[in-house]
Amino acid sequence: MLPFKSLTAIAVPLIRDNIDTDAIIPSREMQSVSKTGLAGGLFAGWRYRPVGSREPNPDFILNDPRFAPAKILLSGGNFGCGSSREHAAWALAEYGFRAVVAASFNPIFRSNCVNNGIVPVELERDAITAIAASLGDRPDSRPVTVDLEACSVSTASGSRWTFGIDAEARQMLLGGMDAIELTFMRQENIAEMRAADRNERPWIYL
Amino acid sequence: MTGGRTLFDKIWSSHRVSAIDDASDLVLVDRILLHERTGAVALRSLATAGRRVLAPRQSFVVMDHVVDTRPGRTDATMIPSGTAFITATRDAARAAGLTLFDLGDAEQGIGHVVSPELGIVLPGATLVCPDSHTCSQGALGALAWGIGSTAAEHALATSTLRVKRPKTMRITIDGELDSGVTAKDLALHLLSRFGSSGGAGHIVEYAGAAVRALDVEARLTLCNMATEFGAFSAIIAPDEKVFDYLKGRRYAPTGAEWDAALVSWRLLRSDEGALFDAEHRVDARDVAPMVTWGVSPQQAIALDGEVPDFANVEGRDPRELHDRALAYMDLRPGVRMAGLPIDAAFIGSCTNSRLSDLRRAAALLRGRKVAPGVKAICVPGSTAVRAEAEAEGIDRIFRDAGFEWRESGCSMCFYAGGENFGLRQRVISSTNRNFESRQGPETRSHLASPETVAASAVAGAIADPRSPL
Repeated sequence: MLPFKSLTAIAVPLIRDNIDTDAIIPSREMQSVSKTGLAGGLFAGWRYRPVGSREPNPDFILNDPRFAPAKILLSGGNFGCGSSREHAAWALAEYGFRAVVAASFNPIFRSNCVNNGIVPVELERDAITAIAASLGDRPDSRPVTVDLEACSVSTASGSRWTFGIDAEARQMLLGGMDAIELTFMRQENIAEMRAADRNERPWIYL
Repeated sequence: MTGGRTLFDKIWSSHRVSAIDDASDLVLVDRILLHERTGAVALRSLATAGRRVLAPRQSFVVMDHVVDTRPGRTDATMIPSGTAFITATRDAARAAGLTLFDLGDAEQGIGHVVSPELGIVLPGATLVCPDSHTCSQGALGALAWGIGSTAAEHALATSTLRVKRPKTMRITIDGELDSGVTAKDLALHLLSRFGSSGGAGHIVEYAGAAVRALDVEARLTLCNMATEFGAFSAIIAPDEKVFDYLKGRRYAPTGAEWDAALVSWRLLRSDEGALFDAEHRVDARDVAPMVTWGVSPQQAIALDGEVPDFANVEGRDPRELHDRALAYMDLRPGVRMAGLPIDAAFIGSCTNSRLSDLRRAAALLRGRKVAPGVKAICVPGSTAVRAEAEAEGIDRIFRDAGFEWRESGCSMCFYAGGENFGLRQRVISSTNRNFESRQGPETRSHLASPETVAASAVAGAIADPRSPL
């Protein structure tokens, strides 16, 4: 996994509450038994007209050339709600997004982000609105910075907000770490606990 | 420590291997369920990394997400790419030595229907599945939650997960639900009242007389929609109804182990005076049959209500979202929900496809016909439910009324296998999500109980199942 320290990039505002994972990647777009090949299906229901085609919908913000290449997504509350499909995080990452700044996240989606090197940044709505406003009509020349070491987001005009993130998630993202490797370091603990638990609750161990 | 411990605290502490940091713990995972949408991806990725499944006998694989549900089905799906998910998952499950409930097996079905049916989920156990509706299984007093595919790899390789400890919330539902008001109506009522972020960050314990009165299948329906509530999961303290339900099921303990299990399961309740981070009380008598009008499950109202004006739901969605939902659904404020013409009716999904759901819908359909022009489909939650329903003659009632009677699977709750209701069709559905284009391109989904779906199918328009048809 790609480590994330700090990123200065074009941000794109899609500020709406309850953007669900069906909207991020519709079921019909998940066509191969793979974590890749998903970027084209990202936001497919909104990005193309008519639905099901590959004709860019000029009204959808990701199709606005001023926002290319966007690497930071700005959104509303409860982002990533709905289906647990990790394809939503895979599609965002493959498209190029490295951070999502939202008012709140669905918990499964949040950990899917962390497992795929995308920083889930939670900020107050007013801050997100202010960041979106800072882009003006030249988002490509007013990049936004997400600094995970400092836990801050700043705009080209110098406004800055700090955000909170769990220590575990931050460490994993900063180091580009694999959670399984980290857990393997506690293998002995796990084996001891399972052995004791097997005596306690034998019916669990089929 | 004063105040006693919550049910969640008891299960969590008995599964905690170690603390990771102030917010997260490493916890033991007792059961893992996989399905063909992500099963092969996770198992292949694990194998590629040279890792093996630590406890294959505690891991189960179902075929539900992508499989076709039309009679006489094979591995083929309407969307050509679907077949690869089925075959790859089958191959990967066999290679890893996991128990697979395959197409054609008597145990095939939707994971959250099959797992309780076979006694895979047990009180006090931890269970994870790469599916957001895993929270359903909290109905049996387990701590069950949905995860992503990478987290599933972690669980398979280590029999643990690194998890942020959720906060605790108790929702006590006092009194008795009115006759004709179901667990689904209760779930939609809670969503309309507390919003789709109402449970965010919390494990929700459902308690109170109205919850204790629900049978196990109805509890599965109530817990099912905790994910729509934004919750980590939901749980209900297991009681004699749950123990009776589990006794004799294939993977439930037997003999002396059953007796020992019962002793420990009876301790699984929140202590008197246990403190929760959040508490809500709801009067069951305030709950009416519900239906959604918008594109988020929180956009639900009583069936005898009208599409709300923005002014009446202020504080919930911003104006733009409210208007967007109205435009998408092709509705205007003031339109009465009852009487709204429908194109299709669907009974199925992990929310409402169990035998009791089908029985109640069949009671309304007996001797009646689906209105002309309405496409009506029933997809039993599992092959076992289908067989039991057929033994009772329920399939005949559905078929005679004009419903399609299908093989089991997630089916048109979403269109993973490629089948859908068609452009802008208005669907009354016993499922859990009314998101844009969830059931087909720009489809307009209205969520309701199976009774309401059945009554509406007959009327050709959204109808109250309590009114004479």
